[in-house]
Amino acid sequence: MYAFEYHRPTSVKEAASLAGQAEDMKFLAGGHTLLPTMKLRLAGPSNLIDLGQIAELRGIERSGDTITIGAMMKHAEVASSAEVKQAIPALAEMAELIGDPHVRNRGTIGGSIANNDPSADYPAACLALNATIITNQRKIAADDFFQGIFTTALEEGEIITQVSFKIPSQAAYAKFRNPASRYALVGVFVAKHADGARVAVTGAGSNGVFRVPEMEQALSGNFAPEALDGIAVSQDEMNSDIHADAAYRAHLVGVMARRAVQAASARG
Amino acid sequence: MTATGIGAPVRRKEDQRFVTGQGRYVDDFNRPGQAHAYFLRSPHAHAAIRSIDTGPATIMPGVIAVFTGDDLAADKIGGLICGWMIHSKDGSPMKAGPHPALAQGKVRYVGDHVAVVIAETLAQAKDAAEAIVVDYDVLPAVVDTAQATKASVQVHEVSPDNTVFNWHLGNKDETEAAFARAKHVTKIDLVNNRLVPNPIEPRAAVGEYDFGTDNYTLYTTSQNPHVARLVLSAFIGVAPEHKLRVIAPDVGGGFGSKIFIYAEETVCVWAAKKVKRPVKWTSDRSEAFLSDAHGRDHVTHAEMATDENGKIIGLRVHTTANLGAYLSTFSSSVPTYLYAPLLSGQYDIPAIYCEVDGVYTNTAPVDAYRGAGRPEATFVVERLVEKTARELGQNPAEFRRKNYITQFPHATPVIMTYDTGDYAASLDKALEIADYKNFQQRKQESARRGKLRGIGFSSYIEACGIAPSQAVGSLGAGVGLWESAEVRVNPTGSVEVLTGSHSHGQGHETTFAQLVSDRLGISIDQVSIVHGDTDKVQFGMGTYGSRSGAVGMSAIAKAIDKVIAKGKKVAAHVLEASEGDIEFKDGRFGVAGTDRSMAFGEIALQAYIAHKFSGQDLEPGLKEGAFYDPTNFTFPAGVHICEVEIDPDTGVTKIERWTAVDDFGVIINPMIVEGQVHGGIAQGVGQALLEGAFYDESGQLITASFNDYCMPRAIDLPSFQVGMTVTPCPSNPLGIKGCGEAGAIAAPPAVINAITDALGHEDIAMPATPQAVWRAAQKARMPMAAE
Ligand SMILES: Cc1cc2nc3c(=O)[nH]c(=O)nc-3n(C[C@H](O)[C@H](O)[C@H](O)COP(=O)(O)OP(=O)(O)OC[C@H]3O[C@@H](n4cnc5c(N)ncnc54)[C@H](O)[C@@H]3O)c2cc1C
Repeated sequence: MYAFEYHRPTSVKEAASLAGQAEDMKFLAGGHTLLPTMKLRLAGPSNLIDLGQIAELRGIERSGDTITIGAMMKHAEVASSAEVKQAIPALAEMAELIGDPHVRNRGTIGGSIANNDPSADYPAACLALNATIITNQRKIAADDFFQGIFTTALEEGEIITQVSFKIPSQAAYAKFRNPASRYALVGVFVAKHADGARVAVTGAGSNGVFRVPEMEQALSGNFAPEALDGIAVSQDEMNSDIHADAAYRAHLVGVMARRAVQAASARG
Repeated sequence: MTATGIGAPVRRKEDQRFVTGQGRYVDDFNRPGQAHAYFLRSPHAHAAIRSIDTGPATIMPGVIAVFTGDDLAADKIGGLICGWMIHSKDGSPMKAGPHPALAQGKVRYVGDHVAVVIAETLAQAKDAAEAIVVDYDVLPAVVDTAQATKASVQVHEVSPDNTVFNWHLGNKDETEAAFARAKHVTKIDLVNNRLVPNPIEPRAAVGEYDFGTDNYTLYTTSQNPHVARLVLSAFIGVAPEHKLRVIAPDVGGGFGSKIFIYAEETVCVWAAKKVKRPVKWTSDRSEAFLSDAHGRDHVTHAEMATDENGKIIGLRVHTTANLGAYLSTFSSSVPTYLYAPLLSGQYDIPAIYCEVDGVYTNTAPVDAYRGAGRPEATFVVERLVEKTARELGQNPAEFRRKNYITQFPHATPVIMTYDTGDYAASLDKALEIADYKNFQQRKQESARRGKLRGIGFSSYIEACGIAPSQAVGSLGAGVGLWESAEVRVNPTGSVEVLTGSHSHGQGHETTFAQLVSDRLGISIDQVSIVHGDTDKVQFGMGTYGSRSGAVGMSAIAKAIDKVIAKGKKVAAHVLEASEGDIEFKDGRFGVAGTDRSMAFGEIALQAYIAHKFSGQDLEPGLKEGAFYDPTNFTFPAGVHICEVEIDPDTGVTKIERWTAVDDFGVIINPMIVEGQVHGGIAQGVGQALLEGAFYDESGQLITASFNDYCMPRAIDLPSFQVGMTVTPCPSNPLGIKGCGEAGAIAAPPAVINAITDALGHEDIAMPATPQAVWRAAQKARMPMAAE
C-alpha cells in the first residue's frame, strides 16, 4: 500500500466537497474491492474519503411499488432485512449469495454498483428490477448506469446515495459460482413486472452485465421455464477464462435462466 | 493403559493456545532493532540480466541496504542445494544447474529473486524495490512439461535439452516379456496436475547476529530446523553449524513446502550480519504462490498387461516430471525413489518397469507436497487398474481383490518389501460402509432426476516412516533418516521430551505425550514436548513422509525404555532389593513378590537427591537419549470409495459419499488420525476437482491468487465415513505405520474413477472442473460426435 490521506466526513455534502478539493481521491465504502487493489499496489489514491460515518447513506425503506436501500448498507443487512425479504425475496437471497460472511459484513451495495465488476451480483438485480441509482446529483436508470466492465455513468466525485428497486410480482436469481472466487461465473436474475419480464445476466458478458431481450419477450408471454426452450445467447459476446470459455458460459446462461424462472414460479 | 495413553481420543493439548490466538509463529517474533527485507522478484519467466542499478533505491527513505547476487558471491555464499543425487540410466549424475539465492546473470521463473532491500519498514523496502532498475534481455520461456526437452529454450547451461536425468527402475526385460505374452493390454495417458501447497501460514524468516558471541539465530517456518541448520552451514556457508541456532516455533501447516531451504531464509541470516540488525521477511500470499515449491506436475503414459485369467502380469510406465527452474532441496527424489517403488500398489505384479525423465522448465521449483511421489504413483496404478477392469468387463472391486498381494513379506520388483497388510479386509469393510450392494439402485434414482451417478475405488498403498538410513543412502540421499529423542525426567516426576520431529499441525504435543503417559503411567499433563529449536534438541531429521509416529515416536519409546531401566537401578538402591527383582508396572517400581513399591515420581526424586546411592556404580539423575533408525519403510494401505453425482447440465460434480478404510497399524489417538484422514482427503479432492497451477506460454502464473486458484472448502466435501483395520507394523516397536498423507494419496483416483464411471468414458483430466465435466458429459451423451 502507498501512503494516503484519510478523510472521514459525516454528511454527503461534506464528502462531496472534500471530493471536489482532494486530488486523486477515492471513496471508501466496505473496502472489499478497493483495499485489496491498494495492498497489491495496483491502486494508489492520494486521498481516501471514507463514507462509513454518513448516516444518510444507510437505511432500507419501502414505499409503494419500490424498495429503496441506502448505499452503505452491507450485503448481510440486505440479506437479513425483513422488509427486503417480504418485498423482493429474490434480492435478499442474492445478497446472501455474495462472497462469504466476512465479505457480506463489509461489502456494500453502493460499492458493488459503483465498482460494476463484470462478475458482481448486484448489477444483474439492478437491471432485472428496473432500479434507479440515486446520487447526490441525479437519478440514473439502471439501464443507463452500467456501461461496460468497471465502467458506470458516475461522474468524478459523484456519490451513490441510494438504490431504488421496483417490486416485481415474481423474481429469482440463479447463480453459478466461479469455483475459486465464488463471484458469479454466470448469474441470471429474472423478474416479472406488470409491464413485462426482465432477464439480466452477470458474469458471462465480455462487456459486463446485460439483458436478454429474446428471453424477456418469451417470458413476458409465458413466465415459465419452457418458454425459454430454443433460446440461446450468442457465444460471441461471452467472456472466456480458465474457468469457463465462451461456449460454456453461453450454455450456462440458458441453464441458469431456466432455473431462475423455475424458482420464481415455485415461489408463486 | 492410562486414560491418556495409547489409543485414547485425547483432545489436543496445543489447541488451547491455537484457538485462543496464543500460538507464536515466526512473524510474531519481533527482535530489538529489527529491519525488514523485501525481495524484488523477476516479472519474467526467463531473462538475462544485463545490469541492475540499485543506486536509486539505496537513497530512498528508510533504506539500510540493497543487495544483489554479486554481494552474495563476494561473500562466497554458496547456492541452494539439492540433497538427493539421482543417476541416469547411463550412470551419469543428474545435471544440477546453479541455484544462487539471489540471481546471478539470469532469472529463470516469474518470482525468481533478483535483489533484496533491507529497510526500516516493509513499506519503505517495497517503495525502494520499485526504484531498482533492472535491464532484462527477455528470453523465450519453456513451460510445458511434455515439451520441455523438445524446446529450443535452454534453462540451464549444464543441460542443453533441459533434461535433469533419465532415470529408470524395475526389470525391463521381464516386463517386455510379460507384455509379449499378455492376453490384454490397457493403456492410459495421465497428467498429474501441478499444485500450490498453500499452508495457512506463509513462509517467514527472522535472521539475527550477535556480535558479542558471534552467534547467529534464524527463526524460520521449517518442518526440519536441524536440516535447515546443516544445509545453511555446511553447504551454503552462511554461518558455522555450532554458531547457528535455528528455531522453528509454531508453524501453521507445511504439507512439504516447509521442508526445503529457500533463498529468503538464507538471505535473512546473511544480511543480518551485513547490516548489523535483525532482518525479518514474511511472505505475502502472492509471493507464496510464486515462490513456494509447487507439487506434482507429471505427464505419464502407462500400460498394464493382464493374462487370460485376468491376473496382472506386467506394468510399464513412462513419466516426464517437471522439476521447475531449479532443483529444490529434495526435488530429485520425489518423482524417482518416492514414486516408482510404489507402482506395484497393493497388487502382485511380477514385472514392472518405469522410466522417469526429470526436466527443467521456467516455472517455480517443484518438490515434495503431501504424499510426495506416492499420490502420483497411486494415480497411475489405480486409474490403470480401474480402466483394465472395465475393459475386461470385470467388477472393479473383485478385479482388485483377485490381484491383491496376500502373502507377507512380499518383495515387489521395484525395491520395496511390504511387511504386512490385509487388503481384502479393508476392501470388505469399505464395500460394506459404502453400501456398495445398493449402488445400482442409487444410480437409477439419480438417472430419474437427470443426474449421472458414479462410483470409484482407490486401493492405495504408501511407503511411510521414512526411512532406513542405509537404504536411502544407497539410493542417493545425502542424509540418514533416523530420528532422535531425549527423555528428561524432572525431580518432581514430570517429563520433558526433546524430539527431532517437528509439529506443524500434526498434534505431537498430544500424541507424543500419550506415549509417555502410556509407558510411564503418568498423566499427559505431566509431560511437555519440546521441539523446533536446535539449541534445545541436539539433532533431528524433522517431520515429513508420515515419519513422526513410526520413527520419531520409536526413538522416544527407546529412550523411555532406557529411563525405565535406569529407574529400576535407582529403585533397587532405594528399596534395597536386587535390580533383577524390580518390576515396573502401572507407573510403580516394585519388588517382585512383595508389596514394597514406589511411584515413578518418587523414584525420580530419589534419582536426583541420590542419598541412597552408594559408591560410583550409579550416576545421579534420570535422563536418557536415543537415536532410532528404522529397519524398513512402513506400508499404510487402505481402500477409499468415492460416490459422485454429476449434473450434466452444468458439469457440477457433487461428492455424495466418501468411505475411507485405512490400515495405519497401531493408532495412538483415533481422533487425531481421523482428522489427518479428513484433511488428506480434502487435499486430494482439491487436486481432483478444483486445484491446478497454470502458467501461460510466456511463463506467467495465471492462477496466482485465490481468485483463480481454487482451494477446497467445507461445502465441496461430504461427511466422511471413516473406518479402520489394523495390522500392526512389525518393523518398529510401536507397530505404527503413519497416517499423514493417506487421504491425499488415496483420493484423486477415487474421484476420477467415480467421474469416469458416471460418464461412461475415460476422457477427463484433473482438475475435473465443472467446465471440463460438462464438456465430457456432452461427449458421453453424443458418442458419435466424439469420434
Ligand atoms: C473474497 C471476496 C469475495 C467476493 N465475492 C463477491 C460475490 O460473490 N459477488 C459480488 O457481487 N461481489 C463479491 N465481492 C465484492 C464485495 O461484495 C463488494 O461488493 C465489493 O467489494 C464492493 O463494495 P465495497 O463496499 O467493498 O466497496 P469499496 O471496495 O469500498 O469500493 C469499490 C469502489 O466503489 C467506489 N464506491 C464505493 N461506494 C461508493 C458510493 N457510495 N458512491 C460512489 N462510489 C463508491 C469506491 O470508490 C471504489 O472505487 C467479493 C469481494 C471479496 C473480497
